[in-house]
Parts: sequence; C-alpha cells; structure tokens
Amino acid sequence: MISAFFIYNQKGEVLISRLYRQDLKRSVADIFRIQVISNTDIRSPIVTLGSTSFFHVRHENLFIVAVTKCNANAALVFEFCYRLVNIGKAYFGKLDEEAVKNNFVLVYELLDEVLDFGYPQNSETDTLKLYITTEGVKSERALKEDSSKITIQATGATSWRRPDIKYRKNEAFIDVIESINLLMSAKGNTLRADVSGQIMMRAYLSGTPECKFGLNDKLLLEKDTSHKGMARKSTAVEIDDCQFHQCVKLGKFDSDRTISFVPPDGEFELMRYRTTENVILPFRVHPVVNEIGKSRVEYRVTVKANFSPKLYANNVLIKIPTPLNTANINVRVASGKAKYVPAENAILWKIPRFQGQYEVMLSGDAELSAMTVKKAWSRPPISMDFQVLMFTSSGLLVRFLKVFEKSNYTSVKWVRYMTKAGSYQIRF
Amino acid sequence: MVIAVQSSVNFKMSDAKYFQRGKIHELRTELNSEKKDKQHTKKKTVLKKIVANMTMGNDMSALFPDVINCMQIPVLEIKKMVYLYFINYSRTKPDIAVMAIPTFMKDADDHNPLIRALAIRTMGYINVDKIIDALVDPLRRCLRDKDPYVRKTSAMAVAKLYMHDHELVECEGFVDLLRDMLADPNPTVVANAVAALTEISERSNTITLKLNTTVANKLAAALNECTEWGQTYILEALMSYIPQDMGDAEVLAERIAPRLQHANSSVVLTAAKVIMYLMNYMTKEEDITNLCRKLSPPLVTLLSNGHEVQYVALRNILLIIQRRPEVLRNDIKVFFCKYNDPIYVKLAKLEIMFRLASVSNVDQVLSELKEYATEVDVDFVRKSVRSIGRLAVKIESTADRCIAALLELIQTKVNYVVQEAIVVIKDIFRKYPNQYESIIGTLCENLDNLDEPEAKAAMIWIIGQYADRIENSDVLLDDFLFTFLEEPVEVQLSLLTATVKLFIKRPTAGQELIPKVLKWATEDVDNPDLRDRGYIYWRLLSTDPATAKTVVLSDKPRISTESDNMEPALLDELLLHISSLSSIYHKSPQTFIPNSKIRHLTHSPVLNRRYPGQQQQQPNLLDSDIENLASGSLGIEANPYNLDVVNIGENYVGDLLLDL
Repeated sequence: MISAFFIYNQKGEVLISRLYRQDLKRSVADIFRIQVISNTDIRSPIVTLGSTSFFHVRHENLFIVAVTKCNANAALVFEFCYRLVNIGKAYFGKLDEEAVKNNFVLVYELLDEVLDFGYPQNSETDTLKLYITTEGVKSERALKEDSSKITIQATGATSWRRPDIKYRKNEAFIDVIESINLLMSAKGNTLRADVSGQIMMRAYLSGTPECKFGLNDKLLLEKDTSHKGMARKSTAVEIDDCQFHQCVKLGKFDSDRTISFVPPDGEFELMRYRTTENVILPFRVHPVVNEIGKSRVEYRVTVKANFSPKLYANNVLIKIPTPLNTANINVRVASGKAKYVPAENAILWKIPRFQGQYEVMLSGDAELSAMTVKKAWSRPPISMDFQVLMFTSSGLLVRFLKVFEKSNYTSVKWVRYMTKAGSYQIRF
Repeated sequence: MVIAVQSSVNFKMSDAKYFQRGKIHELRTELNSEKKDKQHTKKKTVLKKIVANMTMGNDMSALFPDVINCMQIPVLEIKKMVYLYFINYSRTKPDIAVMAIPTFMKDADDHNPLIRALAIRTMGYINVDKIIDALVDPLRRCLRDKDPYVRKTSAMAVAKLYMHDHELVECEGFVDLLRDMLADPNPTVVANAVAALTEISERSNTITLKLNTTVANKLAAALNECTEWGQTYILEALMSYIPQDMGDAEVLAERIAPRLQHANSSVVLTAAKVIMYLMNYMTKEEDITNLCRKLSPPLVTLLSNGHEVQYVALRNILLIIQRRPEVLRNDIKVFFCKYNDPIYVKLAKLEIMFRLASVSNVDQVLSELKEYATEVDVDFVRKSVRSIGRLAVKIESTADRCIAALLELIQTKVNYVVQEAIVVIKDIFRKYPNQYESIIGTLCENLDNLDEPEAKAAMIWIIGQYADRIENSDVLLDDFLFTFLEEPVEVQLSLLTATVKLFIKRPTAGQELIPKVLKWATEDVDNPDLRDRGYIYWRLLSTDPATAKTVVLSDKPRISTESDNMEPALLDELLLHISSLSSIYHKSPQTFIPNSKIRHLTHSPVLNRRYPGQQQQQPNLLDSDIENLASGSLGIEANPYNLDVVNIGENYVGDLLLDL
C-alpha cells in the first residue's frame, strides 16, 4: 500500500510530506521532483523507478503524489488521490497551494486519519468533520463530549451519516446532469454518441431516512407489469450501466433493480449512468472548411439547436480550429461573438443564449502566412461547450423519490435536469 | 427550481507564513520560553514552524528533547503535531524517544477511544525497539477494546508491528488474534483485520492467508456493510480462496457481482479480478458467459472516470479481453480516442482497438486510425501507422484498404510517418507475397529520407527481396552500402543479406558489390553475428551456388498477428494481479518488486484445465526464427524481427524502469 504521500506546488516545493512506512525516506520527494515535475514530457501518471512507484494526479496548481514500494492496487491509489482532493474542497472550498499552506496542520491531521499504514480508512467528510475541524477548539470539545458516538459513526455500516440530524423543513433536491459525448466524422456520420449522467442529490432530511428512487429505466419498467404501457410507449430509457454511491444497497439493485438508500447529509453523487441508445444530439454542426491554395482557408459553419423551442442553451461556445500559420482572420456571425484567439489556434464563437430549433451561421476566412516547409494541417476537430436546462439527451426522467422515516414527516422534493457538453467533437 | 448555493469558506487561518526556514536555536528558545502562555498558543505557533520546516525537508531532529517536553500539554492539536514529529525523527534518536513511553502508555489507557486509538496508531509507526516492546501489552488489550474504532486501529497496528519485527508478532500470537477478528461484528474492524492479514501473508515466508468456503462467504456477505476501501480489502483477500467443490465459485461470484455497480473504481476492478479468478473454477460454460456479460458494461463505465483511472482500466481491459474475448466484443466505439485524451490514454486505447478489430468493424477502425495518423504527437502517430499495417496482416479482407491508406500517408512526406509505413509494409509483403509489389516504386521515392535503423533495414529487405523486379536495385543498394561501416548492426545484417539476394538473383548486377560487403562483414566489423553470417554466405556461395540459392531464397514462414498475443502463462499470472501496477506494466511483479510473492492458480478438484498457460504455448517468433536458421533459410528473419511490433505501447513505461 501507500508508503508516502506528498503534495507539491507547481515549482516542485513540498507542501505536505507524510511517510507511512519505513521502506522510504523523505528524500524520495526530491526524486519525484527531478523525474516528473521538472520533466516536460511526462507520458504516464505512474512512474516506476527501481521498485519505487510514484502515482500522481494534478489538481489546480498542485501535484498530489502517492508513493509505493509494492505492487499496489493502482485504481485504489488514484481513487484515494481524487478523494483527498474532494475532502480538501469540502474543508477549504478549494484545494490549491494557498489552501494547503494555510491549513497544513489540518491537512496532516486529516492524512493521519484517512490513511493508516497507507491503507485508506473512512474518508467521508461528513464524519471527519465531526472531530477534525478548522477550529482546533471545536474538535477538542467534540472529542471530550461524545467521542464514542464519533467512533461508532466512523466505523459503522452507515459511516456516511450522523444519526442526530434535524431539519425544520425536510427537503431533497435532485439534479440530473448529463454530459453528452459526440464524435462526428467529417462526412457527418456519428462515430460515437453517448451520455454519461450523474445524479446529484442534496438531502436535507431529518433522522435516518430510507429513500427509494425511481427512474424511467426500461429494465425496471418492463418488470413492473403495471407500467407495461409506459415502457411500450418507449418513454423508457435503456441504461447501459450504472454505478452508485456507497449508500445504495447494491444487493437490492442487483436482485430487483430498485434503488434504495440512506442518504448522507447534504450534497453527494447518488449515481452515475451511461446510455448509448437513442441519444438525442442537442446541436447539429455542419462545417464546410476549404483550404484554398496555400494562403487561405474558408469557413462556413452552421449550428442548429435540436431541442424544443421552449428551451434554450446557455454559454454556448464553439471552438473552430485554425491552421498554425494563421496570420489574420475575418469572420462574420449573425448572433453571438466570434474572435480569433492565436494562443489556442482557434476561432472562439460565443453565444450566451441559444434558443431551441434556432440556426446560426459563421462565415469567414483565414489568411495564412507563407511557410518554408509545407506541412499538412492536422485539422483538430471542432469542439463545443454548452448547457441546456430541463433537457436530457438520454430522455431520462425521475419518476419518484420516496422518503420513509420513522417520525413520518412529509418532505418536499425538487428535480432539475441539465445536459452539458462532455467531449462534443466534430471532425471536418 | 433549485438554486445552487456555493458555500464560501473564509480562511480563518493563514499558516502559510510558517513556510520559511527556521533556525534551530531560535526555535528552541521559543519553545522553552518561560513567558506566560495560558492557552498554549505560543507553543502551538512554534510547533507549527517546526512542522513546516520538517515538511520542507529541513532537519529538525536536534529539537527532539525540547519537542518531547510538549507531549504533556493537554491540547489535542499540539499532541498531534508532537506525534507527527515523533514519527519522523524517533528513529534518529532512539534513546530520547524512549522518554515518550509513559505518555503513550497513559494515552493508550485513556477513557476516550479516539485518544487510545491515536496512541496505538502512532506507536505502531515508530521503529524503536523499546517502543515496540512497550506496544505489545496495550496492543493486545486494544485488539479486544470495546470500541470498534480502537479495534480497527489496533488491527492495522499489528501489520505495522509485523514490518518492524515479525518474530515478535508471531511469538505474541497476534496473528491468531487478527484471525479471530474476522468474526468481529463491526464491518470496518473486519476489513482492517483482513487488510492486515493480507499484508502479513504477502510479506511472510511462513504465513499464508487461506480462506475456506465458510469464511469466504461470510466476508462476501460483510461487503454490504463496509466502506468502499474496506470492500476493496475484502475483495483482495478473496483471491486467497480456492474453491474446492462444484458450485463454490459460482455462488461466490454471484455474491460479488453487485460490486461491479460501485462508484469507486477500485471496488469495481478488484471485483472484476475476483470474478475473473473464480471463472477458472467454474464448470458450466453458461455461467462464465453470463458473468462475462455482466463484466462488460462496468468496464466501459470506468472510462468516465478521471484520466488516471481510465488508464488503469484500459491496461486491465487489454488483459481481460485476451483471456475472455467475448467481453467488450461489441463495444469498440468507446475506445476511439478523443482528440484531447492524454497521450497515455490514447496509446492504451489504440492497443485495445487493434485487438477488438474484426471483419465486422474494421472499416470504422481503419478510418479512425487514418485520422490518428495525422495528429501531432509523434509517438501516437507512429503507433497508429503501425496499427494500420498490423490490421492488414490481421484481417486479410482489409489489406487492400490498409495499403491504400499507407500509400496516402507516404504521400504526406512526413518523415517519421513514411519510415513507420515502410516498416509495416515490409510485414505486409511477407504476409501477402506477390500481391502488392506494384507499390515498390512509390516506396523507392522515399529512400533519401530514411534515417531510422528499423525503417532502413525494412527498406533494404524489400530491395533485396525484390532485387529482380526493381530495375536499379543494385544502384539503390550501392547507395546504402556507402555508409555500411557506420550503420547499426540491424542495418548491416540486412544489407549483407540483401546484397547476397541481389547477387543470386542478378549475378551481373551484384558481382561488384558482393566481394566488398563480404569483406567488410568478415574483416572490418566486430559484431560476431554479422561476421558469422558473412562467413556462412561466403562459404555457401563459394562451394555450391545452387544450394546457396535454395537456402537464401527459400520460402519464409508465414507471419500473423498471433505473435502479438501475450504468453499464456504470463497472462494467467497478470490476471491474478488485475488493478495492480503489474497489470499496468504487463510485467510480472517479481520483475520490479524484489521478494514479492508469486501468485498462481492453485490446483483444486474443480480447477478448469482448459486455460492453463503451459499447454497451448504459442511458438513465439524468436523460436521460429531459430528453427528457421537451423533449416538454412537465412533472410533478414534471423533478426527477431517482429519483437518491436509485440512491444507496442509498453516501452514508454519500460524505459523508466531503472534502478535508483
């Protein structure tokens, strides 16, 4: 398992250094700096030198690094690094050099708690915050008052939830966030289109609520005879695969596809899912790009919104690559703003608000400077970024969220949908 | 509508200022200051400075006695800093470290479970004989503590102790205590005990973790209650279970399968490892097929994780589909590279794409590869070009289109693309003799730019092989021969053979070249292979030219992409290490971690013997080349010529495997 854990800033200065095993010395920190941080051409997130392996993840301006001397479980090491970043965010709002330096004693405290002998332990922020806090005094008090409650919580079967949560108004918010990935060939064929969805939940519920959650999942609806009609109407969605937060009872899902759980308090990712069937593309892009001789490239790019006119997309950004030797660009757009950004070798076309069924066009040309060596332009794909509210590319819908608690309170539930661009690329 | 509320956090502390070099004597004075410090805030500040300096790598060990004095201060934050200091420096000052024992003892007996656990946890980190000895009694007590948090911490402390002094752990019966903890009512305690036992078993020559069916099923049942990490430890431990009766493996796999839906990728991959392992002990093909069907979607989902986890997943998928080709057979699209994937993800995807390529999807694969061949990263482009060639060798019906694609790429005149294309075209010529020779003309246009040995050797091979069809083959060879003595051996060998072929096919054209090449090879070069080969040719040609002809121009063995398959024994071993480093490097752990235990499929009455590694060993190319040599056919084949193709993708990690 993990023998040492380091956090570096961009310059390679060590901000946190914690050794968990005697098989390494502090000096390995220098080896990582020399071999990875100072190396401009690092081609793997794992570097093994002799029998020492360095795993690194970059976050903000930091290198999060775990070092092992054994044949460690690589997925576990990286998941731990990601988790540490999330814990940092939960504690400090943002995990960057400033936050780490300003709270280094707390970071050490957390590291002592979440890793024991290099084995990740309970890393649920909700529990950690019970006894490790930004104010030393508060932790001190928590410890004296009721430490056995903390220990039960930290080792219990629902380690993600405190037992004594109370809200005057019981509410739960569900956000269905879909990232749509598209790869379109130059000929206009869809090479791949898939949706990876995330269901985020913010639960402000008292006590120990048992929740049941239902989607228009085809497999589930087909099982349930009373909804047969609905499934036939093809409003049901075929989910390729899904993964759940650890609070969800996986055995139950495996046997009858019901999603039941005791939620953590506050915000968490309830599930992730993937669909590839019947994906609705929110935008269609038709690029016509011609290289005219050696000195000019002509662009005509049309983009059409493929969703209901009642809806609209926000922050639409279309990035149209230009050749490396572009000297000057002239573009005309009917809506939004387009400008050439030399640093990115692209025309960035921004449309703040884009109504459904609407179509926009960009036309223009790039003047190229002469080059001594004629090298073919690699034509990176056009990429898009956007957010469409109250729209899911997969057609997924939340059917119900039921909350059962022994005090039998009523709770209010809210659902919101959003589709955003994952990697939305169109070759030309 | 929900309105997102981003909680903003104010930084109450700004401890960044402590990150500056402190002088030992100043820190000491501050620490020992007699000034009033009721809240111990001054002590806290000095300790923070010391910890910051420690972090920066400045040696603070001289302050040991002064820091130890702070141990008594009843402020938790201070205690934690002192303990941290201790873990770092106690080994350098064992005699002073002993002074801390009484405080540790007191803490290990504290009424507060968190303090008890903290003491046990910290003592476990300290490798000082006397402290280790002192730990034994409280540890034994804490292993049976009424508080689960203390028990789970103690379980881990046994593993720590084992690393310091394994005899002590064995003598004191701690391993038995750990084993008893597998029946603990608390899931976290069970998980840590399992992790500790697995660790000990990995390091010990005498202790090996073995689970019987009852324990294995109990552990699998405990999975539901564990934290995600605990689930990983338990799943890992299940690799020490050997099914003995019909149905054992099936039942356990059934219990584990729901884990594939977990959000944590280490749970998913470790579950996949156990399931792949258990399949070896299953009898019904139907059960295996069902499980394979369950494996595919979660493996694809792993690709929506961070890039690092994607990389781990991809390298493992490559192993899994070699053993169970039905997994992911229809999912090739998800492995298409995104333009902004990091290079390590792209290279890993490329290999999987090649492997999943079949008659039904080859068009898509080829058009993807053509796209990649125009990208920017040199390594990626080269491997894409090479994959196009391999595709032609793998799937006959696509060879025409692959050749066309390669020719198109050669037209781009991008140097490394051309060279890579020539290398693979040589393979295609070998696989499909007498079909594509018409393109030789195009190849010959690019001779001047070849500067890589492999490409040169390939081009020379082509010239030699088709010496009678290329009009000016003698002139071309002569051009290459100009620098014979400066060339690397690879090129020299192929020049030698090509010249001999030329001489045999067109004696008049070759007669001027052959004597000087043979003379160089036998007299002016130090390499024994080259010299030997030179002599053999010389003698063959001088004693019996007719035999020389049959030997040199004999039929070559067919090539296929079968040679890309991993050796079954190694694949078997790597599958037992799914998700680990070795599964990423595709190297047995012994090759980079000394003293690591070898894993193998243990025999049992239900072990399925269809896939054992040793039985269906593929003749690898090196062997066949040696046979080839023995039978007298001396072409360029005497080079282990396909080795590089076999290695695609793994050399960039391999390069980094140097010793410290």
